Amino acid sequence: MKLLLNPGRRFVIGVPYVWLLLFFVLPFLILLRISVTDMGNSVDPFAPLIDTSGDAWRLMLEFKNYISIFSDRVDGPTIYVEAYKTSLKYAALTTLLCLVIGYPFAYFLARCQPSIRPVLLMLVMLPFWTSFLLRIAAWKGILADQGVLNNLLLWLGVIREPMVMLYTDVSMLVGMTYVYLPFMILPLYANLVKMDMRLLEAAHDLGASGLRAFWLITVPLSKAGIIAGCMLVFIPAVGEFVIPSLLGGAENIMIGRVVWDEMFSSNNWPRASALSVVMIVVILVPLALYYRFKDAAGKSA
Amino acid sequence: MMRWFEKNTARFWLGSVFLFLYIPLFFLIVFSFNSTRQDGVFTGFSLRWYDALLTDSRLVEGFWLSLKVALFSATLSVLLGCLAAFVLVRYKRFSGRTLFYGLVNAPLVMPEVIIGLSLLLLMVASQRMFGFPERGFITLVVGHTLLGMAYATAVIQSRLLEADRSIEEAAMDLGCRPIQVFFLVTLPAIVPALVSSWLLTFTLSFDDVVLSEFLSGPGATTLPQVIFSYARRGVNPSIYAAATLFIAVVSLGIIAYGAYTLRQQKKTAIP
Repeated sequence: MKLLLNPGRRFVIGVPYVWLLLFFVLPFLILLRISVTDMGNSVDPFAPLIDTSGDAWRLMLEFKNYISIFSDRVDGPTIYVEAYKTSLKYAALTTLLCLVIGYPFAYFLARCQPSIRPVLLMLVMLPFWTSFLLRIAAWKGILADQGVLNNLLLWLGVIREPMVMLYTDVSMLVGMTYVYLPFMILPLYANLVKMDMRLLEAAHDLGASGLRAFWLITVPLSKAGIIAGCMLVFIPAVGEFVIPSLLGGAENIMIGRVVWDEMFSSNNWPRASALSVVMIVVILVPLALYYRFKDAAGKSA
Repeated sequence: MMRWFEKNTARFWLGSVFLFLYIPLFFLIVFSFNSTRQDGVFTGFSLRWYDALLTDSRLVEGFWLSLKVALFSATLSVLLGCLAAFVLVRYKRFSGRTLFYGLVNAPLVMPEVIIGLSLLLLMVASQRMFGFPERGFITLVVGHTLLGMAYATAVIQSRLLEADRSIEEAAMDLGCRPIQVFFLVTLPAIVPALVSSWLLTFTLSFDDVVLSEFLSGPGATTLPQVIFSYARRGVNPSIYAAATLFIAVVSLGIIAYGAYTLRQQKKTAIP
């Protein structure tokens, strides 16, 4: 009890705590509150939750915004459901591509001579320090119909006519993989570089081929790195906003963009809030599974 | 035979991925010197886009605003992150610790769109009730600090965990008060982490576009927002020129940092 009353300690805990409560928790509560208000009759979204004007107290909750996300039309899924699906699809494909490209990369990086490893690792992180937006803008110039890549391929005679790559799945996936690849490589590298090489030697001595040893030893041992990398790519990829705006076409609308449009184009704050709450739920599921896995791994270790 | 194969596969894979990572940077540098607006062909060397960049008032104003926001939010992020990291590492038991731990890390996994939207709603609510704050500089700093603090805490926390506590205990035994221990022993030990987290949060803020799109107001447009709107409209090589200047500054910074650490290593190696 004496420790709690210590003013220095109270200050050290209090300042960041109050900051987080004020600017993280409170905004989120407002978001939740606005997601259950009715915008239709131009009701103030900040109106109190409980209506005391009548004889009895009435709870002013409106779930219409949530219902309208899932069932607006009879003939098929709503644009919101489509946007969630598109987001999940691109996030999943990006995660897969990053894993397929990043795993061998991290593996070979971890097997390099120790003296050059820090330099190579530095080179992986270096593009990070220059504007993310500008690197995406560069891809726009590279992949355009009259862009560098098409001109190069035409000049080489590989293709006869320019390929359409910009504003399609190709440009979306190139951009997303490009941005998120380092997030996959770093945890995988950190995991693979710690591996005990004697296990592979033992497997070799017992007659396992290189590939077999890789599948039976290296991959299972790097499971924690794989899962961490996949989470670091998948979760931010679901909410991606900039890449679909610059590299995506009309059919590549992801949920981040839809939230933005509801907020600023349609001015429908309650629906934008409801869409965000659903998005959090969508992200929480894999996140919860991840923490469960991490806890289980921690206990068995 | 097998080793030869593996070695060359490794070379090929590492080389290809590095090429992939660096192609956009080469593209930006080369086409910033292009003489025409064309994006696919290099038609000749010129500096006209650098000229256009410096006379473009939107880009220049955006740059100064971004710089101000980044300076403030990086400094605030490091201060708050330092306190939060200290709490997480040193105060193992206080009521609400689990909640605190969750809150510190939550912005890292929360989509920026949601952070931006909910902060905007808070700012609007606060403005209705208190007439404050106007959307612009202050709201931008708050938003960027919220995200930056989470990163700063993670960096400082890992450094604090490595720090040798016995030196602090020795200082205590010699009669230092806790606050003296912090400023004389703990703080000097974590200075490298403070510097790197400041640079990281500065970069995050200077580069951020999503939070800014939600939190900036009329008349307060950050540099990434200007670049974003140019990039969406079509080809504008002045942003390539901006990118090239960025790359130059970052490369110089890294070379300077490398030289500095090398000198430090030599210094400590002599005695």
